[in-house]
Amino acid sequence: MPLVSKIPAGPIAEKWTTYKSTCKLVNPANKRQLEVIVIGTGLAGASAAASLGELGYKVKTFCFQDSPRRAHSIAAQGGINAAKNYQNDGDSTYRLFYDTVKGGDYRAREGNVYRLAEVSASIIDQCVAQGVPFAREYGGLLSNRSFGGTQVQRTFYAAGQTGQQLLIGAYQAQERQIALGNVVQYSRHEMLEIVMIDGKVRGIIARDLVTGKLERHFGHAVLLCTGGYGNVFYLSTNAMGSNVTAIWKAHKKGAFFGNPCFTQIHPTCIPVSGDHQSKLTLMSESLRNDGRIWVPKKQGETRKASEIPEEERDYYLERRYPAFGNLVPRDVASRAAKERCDAGYGVGASKQAVYLDYAYAIERYGKIEANKQGIANADKNTTIKLGKEVVAEKYGNLFEMYEKITGENPYEIPMRIYPAVHYTMGGLWVDYELQTTLPGLYCLGEANFSDHGANRLGASALMQGLADGYFVIPYTLGNNLADDIRTKAIPTDHPAFVAAEKEVSDRIEKLMSIKGTESVESFHKRLGKIMWDKCGMARNEKGLKEAVEEIRALRKEFWSNVRIPGEIEEFNTELDKANRVADFIELGELMCMDALNRNESCGGHFREEYQTEEGEADRRDDGYMYVAAWEYKGESNFEIHREELNYEVVHPSARSYK
Amino acid sequence: MEHYTMNLTLKIWKQKNCKERGRFETYQVKNISSEMSFLEMFDVLNEQLIAEGKEPIAFDHDCREGICGMCSMYINGRAHGPWHQTTTCQLHMREYKDGDTIVVEPWRAKAFPVLKDLVVDRTAFDRIIQAGGYISVNTGNAVDANAIPINKQDADESFAAAACIGCGACVAACPNASAMLYVSAKVSQLALLTQGHPERKSRALNMVAQMDKEGFGSCTNIGACEAECPKGISLENIARLNREYIGAVFSGSEEKG
Repeated sequence: MPLVSKIPAGPIAEKWTTYKSTCKLVNPANKRQLEVIVIGTGLAGASAAASLGELGYKVKTFCFQDSPRRAHSIAAQGGINAAKNYQNDGDSTYRLFYDTVKGGDYRAREGNVYRLAEVSASIIDQCVAQGVPFAREYGGLLSNRSFGGTQVQRTFYAAGQTGQQLLIGAYQAQERQIALGNVVQYSRHEMLEIVMIDGKVRGIIARDLVTGKLERHFGHAVLLCTGGYGNVFYLSTNAMGSNVTAIWKAHKKGAFFGNPCFTQIHPTCIPVSGDHQSKLTLMSESLRNDGRIWVPKKQGETRKASEIPEEERDYYLERRYPAFGNLVPRDVASRAAKERCDAGYGVGASKQAVYLDYAYAIERYGKIEANKQGIANADKNTTIKLGKEVVAEKYGNLFEMYEKITGENPYEIPMRIYPAVHYTMGGLWVDYELQTTLPGLYCLGEANFSDHGANRLGASALMQGLADGYFVIPYTLGNNLADDIRTKAIPTDHPAFVAAEKEVSDRIEKLMSIKGTESVESFHKRLGKIMWDKCGMARNEKGLKEAVEEIRALRKEFWSNVRIPGEIEEFNTELDKANRVADFIELGELMCMDALNRNESCGGHFREEYQTEEGEADRRDDGYMYVAAWEYKGESNFEIHREELNYEVVHPSARSYK
Repeated sequence: MEHYTMNLTLKIWKQKNCKERGRFETYQVKNISSEMSFLEMFDVLNEQLIAEGKEPIAFDHDCREGICGMCSMYINGRAHGPWHQTTTCQLHMREYKDGDTIVVEPWRAKAFPVLKDLVVDRTAFDRIIQAGGYISVNTGNAVDANAIPINKQDADESFAAAACIGCGACVAACPNASAMLYVSAKVSQLALLTQGHPERKSRALNMVAQMDKEGFGSCTNIGACEAECPKGISLENIARLNREYIGAVFSGSEEKG
């Protein structure tokens, strides 16, 4: 099957305008007859559900949490990018587009990225109108800050809780549509299968996680907005429940999976403290605006940070990348931290950490504040006190979180940080309309592969989720549903629904009947270790081949020895987890195969065999400038399809932040 | 920071579903590290129960970084446990010492029925938002974001109110199981912004009406909600809600149906 991306013809700046003015429309009376299912209620799902409900479609939304407001978009800290150029510092739609394509190491589709940059400004307008309380200056206008991989200030934020505020805005818009009867919400429900009728996706099988009963739901179209699959590594910054199940079920029914191995390892997370660790906590990238990252110049240093004099500190990001310094993109910063730790310069008990130091920022802000307050020749204590107050206003909640977790005060002692799995650029392959290779099935937000190439820039995930939900899908869905206005709702006693439900219940019964000796959690940890060691920040052919074998063996063991207590038809969190981990194991295998296929290093994908003499990624545009879209052909059998990437506007070059 | 391990006695509420009666069960856990989070200690207990062929304890949790609002344990008589402005998932075991006994219950409120063990149904909070906790602006209707300047102090106060995570600790902490802090936080957030003004009267009236309908108790100015709120939502918001509500009642309003 050829992959058709459906990018509209014409100059890049006019593609989306052309699309919007020529796409098919559905009249209001017909919209009321069309049913849409939305899985996941994060930024992409909630914004899509609200916008489609406003248009008059009959929408059903599903989430596994107890309320749509819990979706993990809520944990995004630092901000959301938009090409507003409110700072008059040279930003534009083109520059946001260019930064994103370059940041993604030339593995994203130009047409999609340009559209993303184009609608970014409207997102900020929409959110402000909804009452999202972004940070403001004294004049009452919006404030901005910088994020990695850019040289302008285009990031809008609400302290360190930007994701929370944006999600609550979208959640409220969705709740308003629920009150109006346009959206029906199903909380504590998990999608476990898609239903296909005559070659089109026409519904889902969901499990009510309170009663354990299976349900059938019809939809003219189904939107998967289920986020990323970073939890395949067991330890990640994702929420405990974040999972791949919805998109994996779709993949096994025929939806292609794009670039599964493209994983973002975030450089600034709180390091692992022991075997009990259940998740990792991110310290926002915004901290790199003011914090400086360093390690001791001496290997195996045993002195405390405060005892190491200035000249014995190695500010390795500033040293290696003077142009961007501490604000290099995430993939570059993560690899640089790993390189220093592997070489024996790591800090803390585990030696798997580097310092993120705020001493300079506190002093600098203290001096500025003293000047503002007219304190001449402020002494050091006054300066530090004032500086701490400024830092607390900007980053207070993050510092508090660090202290609760580690028991150390980051105002006094440099934070210890280490890279951790954070985001997955890969996901279901979609065309320009966000439709997967299965007609009627769409994929939005982090769950799709489309906009970030091999590395996502900070503050762009929130932008993409809301762009897809508020501003893209309302048009592209209509363009396709216009052909479906004669299709009446299909009753759920249709044989396809019956068969899909049976498939799900057979699988659940099989899982419950194993009655083995090892817990789901234990299997998940073992999978995570294989993935982190062999398909993590650095990968090589030998390791990946071993990983594929190990994962296959793990899958066999899982299906013969997993222990799930309790019953099927009850509230059973172990069964919920088992369903998800079974899918993670299969996904892990595909990720390793994809990483093995891609004989180059680009963005977050670093193959040790492909690096420059200076240890930078060696991208190979001659052989790998394509999206790897994998088709499921049966157990351990995946076929690759290639979507060649044509750069008409940006000319790919070696990505340099020096 | 000195690390240590501890053995603990846990008394945990077990309840099969909303229809059956619950009871406390006693468990022992050993070698708990002071570096673990409270929920990681529960993970250890659950792994131990599964290994013994028993059913693990059901509890709500998701982000484990104090922002999603899903975790909800009543620990030794306090919502989210002893640490100030901290969710259950951010409470760490260095709070406890070897030999301690910890009692863990679900949120207790008529409007939050227990689903299983420590898991309660908080959908009443969603229905309160449906009653008016939003600004009615359809996608695409917005003017340029900087066309509506907001005084920084109002914006900051609005943000402080918007920091609510909807966990329900305020209800669990309140002897009357009142949801006033939750409702007032949303009413305040939107009333402090120019964009929220057109609907401010109907919002206050309708959200309070829904809160009463859900079976939450009345506010008698005890202040336990503010003391136990993991996000430090201020009682000032309740005062503001009262002003908004009274203003709406006396000025006549555009209240919906």
